[in-house]
Amino acid sequence: MSRIAEERPFTMSFFDVAIPRAAGTIQEAKNQGKKVVGHYCVFAPQELIVAAGGVPVALCATKEEPIADGEKVLPRNFCPLIKSSYGFAITDKCPFFLHSDLVLGETTCDGKKKMFELMGKFKPLMVMNLPPSNKDEASQTYWLSEVARLKAYLEDYFQVAITEEAMTAAIEELNQERRLMQRLAGYLTHDPVPFSGQDLLKVLWSRNFVFDRAAFAEQVEELMKELDERIAEGVGATAKGAKRIIVTGVPTGVGTEKVIRILEESGAAVVFLENCAGMKQFIRLVDETKAPLEAIAEKYLATPCSCMSPNPDRMELLARLVDEYKADGVVDITWQGCHTYNVEARVLRDYLKEHRGTPVLHIETDYSEGDSQQIKTRVQAFLEMLEAM
Amino acid sequence: MRNIVAGIDAGSTAVKLVFFDGQQMGFWQRPTGWSPAEVTLQMLGQALREWNISREDLRHICGTGYGRVNLPFLNTTVTEIACHCRGAACLRPGVELVIDIGGQDAKGIQVGPKGRVLDFVMNDKCAAGTGRFLSVMAHALGLDVSELGTYAGGDAVPPQPINAMCTVFAESEVIGLIHRGVDRKAIVSGLHHSVARRVAAMVARFDGDGPLLFTGGVSRNEAIRLALEKELKRPVEVNEHSPYAGAIGAALIAWEKV
Repeated sequence: MSRIAEERPFTMSFFDVAIPRAAGTIQEAKNQGKKVVGHYCVFAPQELIVAAGGVPVALCATKEEPIADGEKVLPRNFCPLIKSSYGFAITDKCPFFLHSDLVLGETTCDGKKKMFELMGKFKPLMVMNLPPSNKDEASQTYWLSEVARLKAYLEDYFQVAITEEAMTAAIEELNQERRLMQRLAGYLTHDPVPFSGQDLLKVLWSRNFVFDRAAFAEQVEELMKELDERIAEGVGATAKGAKRIIVTGVPTGVGTEKVIRILEESGAAVVFLENCAGMKQFIRLVDETKAPLEAIAEKYLATPCSCMSPNPDRMELLARLVDEYKADGVVDITWQGCHTYNVEARVLRDYLKEHRGTPVLHIETDYSEGDSQQIKTRVQAFLEMLEAM
Repeated sequence: MRNIVAGIDAGSTAVKLVFFDGQQMGFWQRPTGWSPAEVTLQMLGQALREWNISREDLRHICGTGYGRVNLPFLNTTVTEIACHCRGAACLRPGVELVIDIGGQDAKGIQVGPKGRVLDFVMNDKCAAGTGRFLSVMAHALGLDVSELGTYAGGDAVPPQPINAMCTVFAESEVIGLIHRGVDRKAIVSGLHHSVARRVAAMVARFDGDGPLLFTGGVSRNEAIRLALEKELKRPVEVNEHSPYAGAIGAALIAWEKV
């Protein structure tokens, strides 16, 4: 017998307030002399920040509110993520941006690249240039030189030496966290799912603002204990047999989880978040047997993002996830103006149709709630279609 | 007590109602206005009187369309995608592709066995390529949206290309054309082609040459049907009940529930 839980896992209350709490902690950490390095994307080699004695925080913005300020400078038809990020930065409304001693930008698209030029005028900014591909040797060599440049930049900026030992220790620390996240996500292979995709997102998103990694890991372990109990009792966040959906595409952090929320409200089980607000950065570990700098470069360049051309790894990863998580369908989200994910939506749909027969629903939207009803109709129709299959 | 079911498609522009008793269907429709629930109730009352039945004779009411969330008396709700698919399969047995153009959205639905949805595609947020687009343009041209289809006058006047994709920009473009003294018929024809081009691009992934049924309110516009045929290079069929496809589908789904 299985039943639907009346409440979310108790431990979620820790993660519900994790971000506001971090916003308070950051001032304290700064007072104690902690260096804070903001970054925008999962290509940012967080090990180097940690090895330099800094705390990495994610600045990738997920709120609609600052978009109007962003639009005073940026074109309106830009992607909402860039407009929101810039709007937060220019108005100093985001405490994490405000308190960042240094900001790392990664050129994952033309819009961000040009936005960073403007941001560099009012904030200390180090931009890492991504190669267009991750498959050829020239791109890999080039990226390694960018990672080495970041290392030298951090050493100079913060007047510290980033030693091999410090990098090795940072790799171990973050790999451990990646394994923890993989274990947590693995709970969603169960039917019924013991917790929701929205809650998984909340945990993963709060990981971006962690000042005390041990305390955070402890809470994740605590959450997993609760989930073990739920599984033993047959308690799920959605009904057993609910249609199982993998979410992929653009980052959909806390505040822009509209589509995920609609999916779960419509009775679906969101079993995996492949995007970079979700599990993308935790799937691959840094190889601990290799020289640290090379191993770091290798891991980050292998990120299966649509800015890489071609990007076969994302297709293969999703096919594997469909099997592992017994997914019935995939929902692929594109922010308006994100050309690379928009084009890749067609590639992904055809790939999954051919290799797994898995239907894909592509949704193009922005940060506003204006199209929620339309998205709801589309999501419900998709679920009806899966139901009838 | 009689065995009758109802399907209601509360769309953005019109509410459609279908009664079904297992053999016969009755059809009603009214403009949605600002209160879909009130309009639907009035129409339901009229339909009950015309069929000479009471509210209790309605064994099941299935609702679809945007207004479905606000109708209190429904037994079930189903999305308009599933309903249009089901309705189209009833209107045109063997149909493989449905193009539905309604008041605020356009959809392409690939139909499988028993009228089930194999795949579908819908326009995003924007109203380009929908009935709303045509209403706005008709207004700018001083015409009623219902006369657009016959106004263009076929191939006699070559269409004036309309390039703007956005409804707001397209309206500016149309106003510009009017001021330049471009033939109104050519503009109307251009608008029809613009809608057809956009919808054809949207459904391009559903290739094939099986029967294609055009449904929704815009299917009343013969010029758009012809423009769609030209763009898709395959026959585009309509049925006199095409605008009711969603409500018919809802009624058929309701019939399965009793």
